Amino acid sequence: MDASLPAHMRPERSFQGFILALQRFWAEQGCVILQPYDMEMGAGTFHPATTLRALGPKPWNAAYVQPSRRPKDGRYGENPNRMQHYYQFQVIMKPSPPNLQELYLKSLAAIGIDSAVHDIRFVEDDWESPTLGAWGLGWECWCDGMEVSQFTYFQQVAGFECAPVAGELTYGLERLAMYVQGVDRVYDLNFNGREGDAKVTYGDVFLQAEQEYSRHNFEHADTAMLFEQFKMAEAACRKYLDAGWREGNRREHLMALPAYDQCIKASHVFNLLDARGVISVTERQSYILRVRELAKACGEAWIHTEAGGAA
Amino acid sequence: MPDLLLELFSEEIPARMQGKAADDLRRMVTDKLVAEGLVYEGAKAFATPRRLALTVHGIPARQPDLKTERRGPKVGAPDAAVQGFLKATGLRSLDEAKIQRDPKGDFYIGLIEKPGRDAIDVLAEILPVIIRTFPWPKSMRWGARSGKPGSLNWVRPLHAITATFGLETEEPDVVKFEVDGIEAGQTTYGHRFLAPAAISVRRFEDYEAKLLDAKVVLDPERRKDAILTDAKQLAFAQGFELIEDQNLLDEVAGLVEWPVVLMGSFEQEFLATPGEVIRATIRNNQKCFVVSDPKAGKLANKFILVANIEATDGGATIIAGNERVIRARLSDAKFFYETDLKTKLEDRLPKFDQIVFHEKLGTQAERIKRIERLAAEIAPLVGADVAKATRAAHLAKADLLTEVVGEFPEVQGLMGKYYALAQGEDASVAAACEEHYKPQGPADRVPTDPVSVAVALADKLDTLVGFWAIDEKPTGSKDPYALRRAALGVIRLIAENTLRLSLMKVAVSALAGLSVKTADAQKLPSDLLAFFADRLKVQLREQGARHDLVDAVFALGGQDDLLMIVRRVEALGKFLDSDDGKNLLAGTKRASNILSIEEKKDKRTFDGAPDAALYSLAEEKALAKAIGEVKAEASAAVAREDFAAAMSAMARLRPPVDAFFDKVRVNDDDAKVRENRLKLLNEIRSATRAVADFSKIQD
Repeated sequence: MDASLPAHMRPERSFQGFILALQRFWAEQGCVILQPYDMEMGAGTFHPATTLRALGPKPWNAAYVQPSRRPKDGRYGENPNRMQHYYQFQVIMKPSPPNLQELYLKSLAAIGIDSAVHDIRFVEDDWESPTLGAWGLGWECWCDGMEVSQFTYFQQVAGFECAPVAGELTYGLERLAMYVQGVDRVYDLNFNGREGDAKVTYGDVFLQAEQEYSRHNFEHADTAMLFEQFKMAEAACRKYLDAGWREGNRREHLMALPAYDQCIKASHVFNLLDARGVISVTERQSYILRVRELAKACGEAWIHTEAGGAA
Repeated sequence: MPDLLLELFSEEIPARMQGKAADDLRRMVTDKLVAEGLVYEGAKAFATPRRLALTVHGIPARQPDLKTERRGPKVGAPDAAVQGFLKATGLRSLDEAKIQRDPKGDFYIGLIEKPGRDAIDVLAEILPVIIRTFPWPKSMRWGARSGKPGSLNWVRPLHAITATFGLETEEPDVVKFEVDGIEAGQTTYGHRFLAPAAISVRRFEDYEAKLLDAKVVLDPERRKDAILTDAKQLAFAQGFELIEDQNLLDEVAGLVEWPVVLMGSFEQEFLATPGEVIRATIRNNQKCFVVSDPKAGKLANKFILVANIEATDGGATIIAGNERVIRARLSDAKFFYETDLKTKLEDRLPKFDQIVFHEKLGTQAERIKRIERLAAEIAPLVGADVAKATRAAHLAKADLLTEVVGEFPEVQGLMGKYYALAQGEDASVAAACEEHYKPQGPADRVPTDPVSVAVALADKLDTLVGFWAIDEKPTGSKDPYALRRAALGVIRLIAENTLRLSLMKVAVSALAGLSVKTADAQKLPSDLLAFFADRLKVQLREQGARHDLVDAVFALGGQDDLLMIVRRVEALGKFLDSDDGKNLLAGTKRASNILSIEEKKDKRTFDGAPDAALYSLAEEKALAKAIGEVKAEASAAVAREDFAAAMSAMARLRPPVDAFFDKVRVNDDDAKVRENRLKLLNEIRSATRAVADFSKIQD
């Protein structure tokens, strides 16, 4: 922890200070600090800076905050720690550096978690994303019995072997901040680190949104429109993928990123439909497969782009 | 003789894989050593979350020299063959070869002497191969090297290899090899947080001691002992008792290198939730132990956690953090439980229309209807009230749709019981919601309440008949639907409750309830019966009882009353343990052997009653008389299901059979007499069939 910080910027005092401390730490490790991707997605992994950049031979080190939308997890603001919108902090390093575990532990120290008094553990957790056609091995990282991060060595993404392998870290920001601030209810988090009238809480910022979006996700989201949007996103994704091959030769692709946006879109629309309870158990699987096919095709396109390592 | 120390130091190895990995490492290294002619004295392997370690002591410093003979071409063979032989054996000329004579002619024999290599060189060759081919259930690539094909796969990134070889009295040598850029050396590291510095090690003894100084307990058994002792002590000090949990202990010992046992508490109010739910919450999510209050006879509001560090604040922060998480988890569990109580079990059932049990066997709702019907049918046969059995079958699966069971599948059934009691169901109905899953394995209790028994049988038989009908039978080691366990469950339910049930009838009825059409519906019940016979044999074998007798009883045909089969097998087993039994078996087998020889010779059988007028010897007459009496007596005893009496009747056959073989020559010169005596032998065989087919019994 940086002792020179003003009190309201300290990670144990403010949610924003907490995020800034993480960003600063990873910036010092040579990561590019990106801003959130401008689309709705279920996890930071969906960000093209992770999904697509994990593929291909080129080194890539990045860190960013990504709002995660999980329509089904909405609780109308009544649950102390479950929300349909929350923040993940994502770090990706390709190839995975040999000291990634040490770096992770140092990042915890940077946000005020001292390994001399906290019990930090790496507990087996194999990660798999059926919608992204991705899997990896790693751990959930525990701090005093609480899962605070996911640590994964990507083995495969979009159906392609990762060569070299990227290491991915995902911090559940609210949960960690609650622990560091010592509050039991996410809405009680001090957001800006100020006290008295100047204090803004997480609830001030997000409680109304949680209530409104829960209503939307479970009761009112327009399912006819969403079914249509799913089909449109799927068709658009295919269309951009087909159109993107330079001179149709399947050696070089020129539109992997816009195509992948449509895959992200389809995935989020599916999550909304799922929350609305209009997808049956058997259909569910087939929707997941459809998104996976898009993700795979986007991955294929990506490795034929310059950043994806095509010569 | 020198010893080997090997350590593979990595990032955290999943707890569940550590035990097998240590065994595999020991087995692979020692097998390879033996195959290389290096017979060692002893070996032991260890695992912690971050390392696999192996010590092999008493390895010879050198392989023995190997001498092998190689047979070459015939003397006078063409030059090409001779040259090939010389090349293969490394001989300079044929003068160095021996000549050996055998029936096919004279051959050159080359003697190849392969000098033994130093064991350390052999190790340098075999260890990297073992590391590269190590059988992790799941392994991965990492780092810059994973950009190229052929990089090492390990369970998690491997960081260092220690490999030393040498005598106790000397400075050992490093076994020189490298795997994927990692050079074997003699440097390892201590505890991740408490003593992370590099440690130089020489051999196993100082390795283990230095690790201990560096806050690493190498031996998982020692970690388990320490955890168990400290946990019991902590609980005892507060007047509580640790609820022991071997699987949890194994897992927790695989999550720490330096176990520190601490105790935390949670709010009393959570104890209103069923103890099993509290335990499942604390155990599954937090990997902590629970303790009971012996005075109150229930759980105490305490838990025991195992940390991996000696914290500078004595563990206060760790306890507080764990308490926080456990409080949140328990309040979720309490919320789930209370939510569940608001919905009646039967109101959950319509959802089962949407849930597929198996694509060919329909929905859960259909399955529940089948079980209800079958339970009602079985109920009178097992002394259960039909209405209660039907009700229990109706509700028994409903808890699968509750929040608590969704969260903790292992409390399925149990929650059904709680919810059934809460909504005022009959005690037997509630009990059946839990007990119809039983027995789950050989060690599990068999329910005795007739309502539970009826539903348990109906559930298992529906499963068995259903999967038989769609031809999803277990094969080899594959039994994805646990059908063997279901069949064994049926056997135990029947045998331990002494139930009389025609399995064929129940199977036919269960089959009739299925909507799926099966090709060989005719054959199915008897196929299934044969499967039960196999399970029964396995069970008897596991109990150390004679399993061949099962075949001897099933061979009689028409046997589908498991209880009678078991009784008969037991009585037969006891009988065959007696001298009378053994001798009668021998006599019967002798009769059978003679008969089969003579039947083959004459190309006919010797069925039919012997002619009393043709008996000439007293022993013949005595045997014929005994057979008549014993047959009648044994059949009568079997009819009243008194198998012991049937066996003692059989025993009376022994003296006349013995006397017959002693005094009577079967193959008499008179063809008529011979035929008659063979018929009499046939009678012995048929008399014993009153109790079993003796020909199926192994000697």
